[in-house]
Formats: sequence, structure tokens, C-alpha cells
Amino acid sequence: MAKILLEMKNITKTFPGVKALDNVNLQVEEGEIHALVGENGAGKSTLMNVLSGIYPYGTYEGDIIYNGETCKFNTIKDSESKGIVIIHQELALVPEMSIGENMYLGNERGRKSKIDWHTTYVEADKYLRMVGLNESSKVLVKEIGTGKQQLVEIAKALAKNAKLLILDEPTSSLNEEDSRALLDLMLGFKKQGMTMIIITHKLNEVSYVADKITVVRDGSTIETIDNANHDIDEDRIIKGMVGREITNRFPKRTDVKIGDINMEVSGWTVHHPLYPERKVVDDVSLYVRKGEVVGIYGLMGAGRTELAMSIFGQSYGTLTAGTLKLNGQEVKLKKSPTDAIKHKIAYVTEDRKGNGLILSQSIKVNTSLANLDSISKNLVIDKDREYQVAEEYREKLKTKTPSVEQLVGNLSGGNQQKVLLAKWMFAEPEVLILDEPTRGIDVGAKYEIYCIINDLAKEGKSVIMISSELPEVLAMSDRIYIMNASKIVGEMKAEEATQESIMAAILKSGRGD
Amino acid sequence: MSSGGALSYVKKNMMIIILVAVVILFTVGTQGKILLPQNINNLISQNGYVFVLGTGMLLCILTGGNIDLAVGSVVCFTGGIGAVMMQAGLPVYLAVIVMLLVGLAIGAFQGFWIAWISVPPFIATLAGMYAFRGLSNVVLNGFAVGINNTTFLNVFGGGADCYVPDFFKGGSLNMTCLLAGIIGTAVFVILSLRGMIVRKQKGISSGNSAVELLKVVIIAALIMWLTYKLSQYKGIPSVLVWVALVLLIYGYITTNTAIGRYFYAVGGNEKATRLSGVNTKLVYFVAYANMGFLAGLAGILTVARASSAQPTYGQGYEMDAIASCFIGGASAYGGVGNITGVIIGAALMGIINQGMSIMGFSANYQRAVKGLVLLAAVLIDILSKKEKA
Repeated sequence: MAKILLEMKNITKTFPGVKALDNVNLQVEEGEIHALVGENGAGKSTLMNVLSGIYPYGTYEGDIIYNGETCKFNTIKDSESKGIVIIHQELALVPEMSIGENMYLGNERGRKSKIDWHTTYVEADKYLRMVGLNESSKVLVKEIGTGKQQLVEIAKALAKNAKLLILDEPTSSLNEEDSRALLDLMLGFKKQGMTMIIITHKLNEVSYVADKITVVRDGSTIETIDNANHDIDEDRIIKGMVGREITNRFPKRTDVKIGDINMEVSGWTVHHPLYPERKVVDDVSLYVRKGEVVGIYGLMGAGRTELAMSIFGQSYGTLTAGTLKLNGQEVKLKKSPTDAIKHKIAYVTEDRKGNGLILSQSIKVNTSLANLDSISKNLVIDKDREYQVAEEYREKLKTKTPSVEQLVGNLSGGNQQKVLLAKWMFAEPEVLILDEPTRGIDVGAKYEIYCIINDLAKEGKSVIMISSELPEVLAMSDRIYIMNASKIVGEMKAEEATQESIMAAILKSGRGD
Repeated sequence: MSSGGALSYVKKNMMIIILVAVVILFTVGTQGKILLPQNINNLISQNGYVFVLGTGMLLCILTGGNIDLAVGSVVCFTGGIGAVMMQAGLPVYLAVIVMLLVGLAIGAFQGFWIAWISVPPFIATLAGMYAFRGLSNVVLNGFAVGINNTTFLNVFGGGADCYVPDFFKGGSLNMTCLLAGIIGTAVFVILSLRGMIVRKQKGISSGNSAVELLKVVIIAALIMWLTYKLSQYKGIPSVLVWVALVLLIYGYITTNTAIGRYFYAVGGNEKATRLSGVNTKLVYFVAYANMGFLAGLAGILTVARASSAQPTYGQGYEMDAIASCFIGGASAYGGVGNITGVIIGAALMGIINQGMSIMGFSANYQRAVKGLVLLAAVLIDILSKKEKA
């Protein structure tokens, strides 16, 4: 029986309005690779942030016992000094600095007053060899690809004398080959006695590298599955992740009336805004009928958001081919969201804080922003009308707030999402593209968002729902497109689709290239 | 809830409370001299440009904490052009129009780089600050140019006779001024009450109506008091007419119009605003073009007050404008701030200046105190927000 290196006991972490972690328990043995799996917003990253001291001791309840002693980390430095090093999903490298400079950033060799560059580069090179990266540490980070940058991150972690390495979705931005190399590297480290925790959505990776799998759902640890033989069935993991009775989670849509094709896109091809040679959306064709909810399922980075935003007045990338038909008529939208809104298309962003809402303004101001003209005369806003509109949507969407004068920044995620939906419903679109409409909000609010989506379809609107949550796509859609690596790789009727058939479509396409 | 409500009122109106405290402090310190009609008159005349420039600066700051460093130089440049034109015997109205248009053109020039070429505002306007200071020297040939056109001086607040004429010739009190005060107060009260009643009828509850009434009463009393004081001296200084006009117009624009709303939206979240179908580049452009226009107006007021144009005029005006916005609660990240704040910020700085000079402190101390007040104002803002989170 190996020794328990890390034990997190009864961890509870609350944010204003949300209980992100509820009595979480996690045990990691020395020398194992432990996988944390769960849906978006389940609390995996929060748990790791608690462990690494990003959320300092005192802001959560419960104990962290590491190497036999109870730890009270106040900063990342504290946890790193014990050998707990976290590698975040977003690469944290400075592109304009060399690999060596990046590796020792904040941890410089030599004296404070004089950095010892010789040691820096010699040591950096040593760690680069350990991760199998054949680059000089003097090369600038911006000159190497993402796969290699991920390796630099790992080398940087090793340079901090990591004993427990936490990798948060390390392969999310890597291609198949780089991912495999990274996983093999992890297995190599394991042989040398390193302990690792990996957070990932890719279940095939989990079964390949992990010795134990802990499932997190809605802020609680559900179970820890043994995978010593690396032969676990993915369905077994999904069962843990999804878990609860599916019947209660999604409202049934009554009296479905699906009409004519409202919007049709064909041969849609979009190139990356900075790297024009990269196709982000590749020859995509799809359509949506009136009163229909169409799901687009795909993992992060499949090109879903890029597809949606480029349809929405080319808000992303460069469109090089493709036609857009609205109500059977071909239209060429100008390169501006204004034109898309005029043609009754709405894009409800996945990033409500970054691209959707003005947090420093009231619910009222946010609700009217995309359609101020309709409540203005000669450029002067009818503020009484504006108030009434905001009030109307507050009632309709059951937004919980004392008043529509409340600042959006003070609302919970679910209520913010409702304000975002209100804003776009008020823009009176015929086609609504909802990008991850339930990301990061709790189950109750999700249910209410689903009801709104059903109501929209009932009114005869066309809804495209982009989501990486399989159960949601399966339950809410009439028809499902599956997107992977910039392409549509499958189309199914909802009643014919299953989790297996969708995953199979993705895997098949993955083997293709 | 009620105690929390009272606390939030205090927090919201912190700068007003501080303004009142400062006034009381100086009233005691100067044995009431600061409230003499002549001093109130001087306060307005000396600081007119701050209100005008602060208003323009507010729009720039709203778009994301962006500032315009060039305004001091633009004030000098436009003022110089006007002075030279009038010296050459060209008609006053032409000089005034040219000054405003030159200001607007400079603003548009800077706005173009900022909005469409994405030159950082700090750099674009720093360039303008150097360039137009230099060009002011060129226009004025390095010398002071006097202005003796009495129409210009009277209308824009220079010389001995720059007041709204008293049509009633009423003894010790200026009746025109009093009447204007009464009419102004009446219009304000009627409009406010009508708005409140209409909102009641439509079932729109916008806060505590008792508090709202109190606000109306206080503002009405303030207008009456101010005009009464001024009527004891020479009446309404013509600068006040321009300042009031600017404040009223821009107060309306920022609160009631779509473009006004867009300044806030862009500063609050530019991406979200663009994805809502707003031409965000145009919003930046308008902010800076407008700043140039108001700098032109401030140039007119500045040279009128001095009855001359000199190559050194307007130095540091940009900082006064910026400071009045931040003291008045504008956010350094954009999206938050209003005209009332600018009025409070500009008034506070003006009162500190004047109070200290009456008490005999040198201009150097005044500047030091101004700096500390700015820091304190921003600190209060940050701390009160932190408590909320």
C-alpha cells in the first residue's frame, strides 16, 4: 500500500451566491496519476485553486494534508515551496521572452541584484531535455508552437522541484500527436516517482494515463474509480459525471411546430485572423428551421464559437468562402454585427462577462443596448419606456433582482445569463445562436434557461444551441450537428442520437486525419 | 436595510459631503470672506474653463479611462488664432467660428488616429500637446497679442463689463440676475416634479421619492442662493452663461441620448458593445472630436478673460480637466462618471485654490493640496468599492 501524499478533507468553498465546492474529499497516493473529471463548472479547477493557494487559507473550509502535515497556503509561492506546482489551462508564458527567462520568471537564478544568466540557461536546457524538447532555452517563446510551449510549462514546473504536478487540461490546445507525446511524458515521470493530478475532458486520455479517477459533479466528489489496469470503459466515467436522473433536468417541449428553413449556411470557410493559413471553420454547411432547436455539439476548440461569430456579421476571422441564406434569400452581410442584427440574427456569447455584458451598468442599460433605436426618438432615449422594457423581461425570464437598476456585476451567473438573453430577445431576432447558454450556472438556473429556449422555439424562432454538454444537447435539440476540428462531422436527429453515436462520430473523424 | 440604505447614500454622495466640509472649513478660515459675492463671482470667472474642459474630458475618460493631454495646447493655439484674427481687424463672429472649427478639426485629427488607426490616446494626444504648443508660438510669433474688441470681451467674459446687462437697473441688487435665478429654479422644479409624477403614473419606481424631493429642494435652493449672491455684485458673469449652457447640454447628452449611452457602454465593455451592433470606433472619434471643440470654446474663454493671447496660456489645463473628472468620481477604467461629478470636482478644486489664496498660502501650496485631494478622492472611490465586494 503506497503512502497517501495528499489528502483534501471536507473542502467547502463558497462564492457570493454559489457554493462552488461542497464537502469535497480527495486522496492522492504517492507516485500515481490521478485524474479529476467532471462537467464544466463542476468545481475541478476551483478545487485545484484551493490546493495551490490561489484561494488562500481561510477563504474555504476543510483541511489540506500534504505529506503528513496540515497545510495553510496563503499564496501560490507557499504551495510551490512544498513542491505542489500547477500548470494552468491557459499557457502563462511571456511571448517576448526567451524560454529560459520564462522558466525562471519570479524564481530567478543568482542574486536579486544580479541575475546569473549562465546558470539560468544551463539549468533551463537541462530541464528542457528532461521533457524531451530539443530547443535552446535562448529561443523566444513566441517562436515555438503551442505543443512545445506546453512542454516549456512542464519544464518550468520541474525547475521548481515539483513533487506533485497538477495539469489543468494540458492537451486542450494540442493536436493528437502532441497530446500523445505529452501523456507518454507523464507516464515517464510516473516511473521516476512523480505524483500527478490531471484535469481533462478527454476520457480516452483518462483511461490511458490515470491510475485513479475521481469524479466531481456540482461541487461534490461523487466517486473514485480504480483504473490500475487502464481499461476502464468511458461510459462508466460518463455515468459518474452525468449521474442524476435525466428526466428532471430538462423541461419537455410541448406542441412542437417546425416550419420552413429560416437560415441556411453552405460551404462556410473561415480563416484565423492572425494566421491566415489556418482554417478555423472548414466548409461547414448547416440549416435551421423556424421553431426548431438545433444543437451543435463539439469540444472546445472545435471551431463552434468561431463558426457562430463569423455568421454574426463576420465578428471573427476572415470569411473566404460560403453563402448565407435567410428565408431562402441569399444575403451578404457586411463585416459588422450591426448588419447581422438588422437581418434579425442574434449571437448570445459563451463569454458573458467578456463579450456579453457591461458589468458596471444596470440591468436596464444592458437589456436595451442592442436595440436602443427602438426606444429612441431622434437619438433621444425614452428612459421610461426603457425601464418598462427591462421590467417586462425581468418578469418574463424570472430574473432574480431587487430592481432593474441593479448593476449586472452584482448578479449571480444564472441571472447574468438571463439578462444577456433578455438583451438579445429584445433585439427581436428570428435566428438566435446561443453559445454555451448554460456554462457555469447552477442546475436550477439551467432549467429556467432551458424553458426560455423552449419558449423561443414555440414562438417560431430558430435556435442554434452550441454546447459541449452532451446530455443538454441530446435533451434540448430537435436535430444535432457534431463539430470536430473545424468541420461538421455528423448530423443526427435527436431521437436517433445517443452519447455513443455522437462520440463515435467524433472519434471516427479524428482518426481520419 | 434602512441603515444600509443610509450608508449607501453617504457613500454615493461622498464628494458632495467633502465639498460642503471644505466650504465650511474655508468659511471659518477666511472669516466668511470666501462667501462674499465678489469672491463667488471670481470663483466662476476664474474656473470657467475647467468646467468646459472637464466636460469634454469626461466623455474621453468614459470611453475607457482615455485622456486628452493636448487640450492645454489646443486652448492656447485656438486662442492665439482668434487673437491674431481680431488684431488683423477681422469680424468677431468670424474669429469665434474659426476658433471653434479649428478646435473641432484638431479633435477630429486626433480622434482619427485613436479610433481607426488604434494609436493609444495617451501618445496621440501627447504628440498633439507638443505640436500645438509649438504652433501656438508660431501663430503668435512668440509674443503676447492683445485683444481690445469690447464685444468679444463682454460676450466671453473679459474686461470690466463682462456681465449679462441689467435690463431693470435695479439699485443695489441686479434684478436680471435675480429674475434669471427665479425662472431657472422654477423651470428646474417643474421639470423635476413632472418627471416624478409621470414615472409614478407609469408605475416606474426609481428610488425613494422623499429623497428625490429633498434633492430637488437642495438644488433649487442652491441656484437661488448663487444668483442672489451674484446679484449683490455685478450680476451674471457672461462666462457663467457659457458654462451653464455646456453643462446643461452635455448633462442631457450623457443621460438621455443614444450616443451618450454609448460612451458609457464602450468604457464598460468595448467588445460587448461592438457585438451589440454599436460602431465603437465612431464613439472614440466623437469623444475626441468633441474634446477638441470644447477646447476651442475654452480657448475663447481663456483669451477673453486675459484680454490677450500668449504662447504660455493653457499650460496644465489638461490636468485640471482630468483631475476634476476623477475627483468627481469618474472611473480611471472608463464606463463610470457623470457631469454632476465634473461640476463637483471642478468646484472643489476652484474653492481650494481660492480659499487658500484668500488665506495667504502661495500657489505652490495650493498645487500640493490639489494633488493630495486628487489622490484622496480616488482612494475614497477605490475603498468604498472594495467594501462592496
